[in-house]
Amino acid sequence: MPDVFEALPALVNGNESLVRRGRYCTTTFLVEAGDAAWLVSVHEGRVERVERGPFLMRAWSFAVRAPREAWQKFLEPMPAPGYHDLFAMAKAGHARVEGDLRPLMQHLRYIKDLLTAPRGRA
Amino acid sequence: MADLEPIVGRYFTLTLDGRPHRVYFEEAGQGIPLVCLHTAGADGRQFRHLMTDDAVTRHYRVLAFDMPWHGKSLPPAGWQDEEYKLTTRGYVELIRTFITALGLARPVVLGCSIGGKIVLELARLHAKEFRALVGLESADYQAPWYDDTGWLHRPDVHGGEIAGALMSGLIAPQSPSETRWDTLWMYMMSGPGVFKGDLFFYRADGDFRDRVAQIDTSACPLYLLTGEYDFSCTPEDTRRTAAKIKGAHVTVMKEIGHFPMSENPAKFRTYILPVLDEIRAQTRSA
Repeated sequence: MPDVFEALPALVNGNESLVRRGRYCTTTFLVEAGDAAWLVSVHEGRVERVERGPFLMRAWSFAVRAPREAWQKFLEPMPAPGYHDLFAMAKAGHARVEGDLRPLMQHLRYIKDLLTAPRGRA
Repeated sequence: MADLEPIVGRYFTLTLDGRPHRVYFEEAGQGIPLVCLHTAGADGRQFRHLMTDDAVTRHYRVLAFDMPWHGKSLPPAGWQDEEYKLTTRGYVELIRTFITALGLARPVVLGCSIGGKIVLELARLHAKEFRALVGLESADYQAPWYDDTGWLHRPDVHGGEIAGALMSGLIAPQSPSETRWDTLWMYMMSGPGVFKGDLFFYRADGDFRDRVAQIDTSACPLYLLTGEYDFSCTPEDTRRTAAKIKGAHVTVMKEIGHFPMSENPAKFRTYILPVLDEIRAQTRSA
């Protein structure tokens, strides 16, 4: 299921227009699904690394946390209302977005496209 | 020969709050005037599909203005030293001044989002001036889905990119790619701070929880239609609002988000045509 985040390097780096849109994005952010966590390192629009936790004292800019079931619904090919968007999940209480929001907001379309890249594969 | 669309656009000057504003509007069709109000940070192009739908324009003269500061309408002279902020009072004045200036007799007003919200105030204060009022994605109040609208207007975040990226989530996943991206393009084009200024009305000044119960739908029918994928103004927000207004009609639209007329025109017409037919039937019997 959210293990599909480990496919992000292939899914993102093989998408030329996504990489182009993210060319000014360099950051490391945390994705949490229940008790599992991944650190996603982006360098100039390419996903350099996805590491699986648990982590001890690792730095990240922002974090996106949701229960596994919420990610499962988010990653369905045609998600239900409330699970179709990161902020929809946050407003409905299914997800939390935390940390330094500036890199997220500066590259919001890129990050949203990155997180939905595994849609239909979960 | 070029295949010209039936939509035509004109400019004129409206005096609002004592100051001249150069305003652009488009129209198509003939019959009952149908004034359409676009969403925050967007412009009247959102209604282009309604204006090219013969089933609508056969019976309705469809008009959509770009609000001052939006689309092809200009901000008033001196804008460079001002912070734009839409207020309830100013928005009501704009709509009524537009209608009076064009001599539109008892129009139908159909608005979406901020436009859907303001029809509640038109219904409360000026019901007799309208044949019917239609609010899309309309509620007396809706909880915010991000805390700080400051993200929309600051030098380290691109205003157009952030508006488009935020709004992308409010479009239903079923909406066709072409109209989805048309809708987002309009958001990406908005002037700096304009979307944020509109949201002052949407989030703060337009909290109508204390007054929608005063609306009398016997003076003017009120239709509220909300998309199931809209998490800004949710179907629940609309239902809660309608529960306070005796006689308000509520429809929840499947596979639609916050921009029905623009994100999925084909789906939207299946919901709006029956409403427009009903309004027309009432007019005939009146």
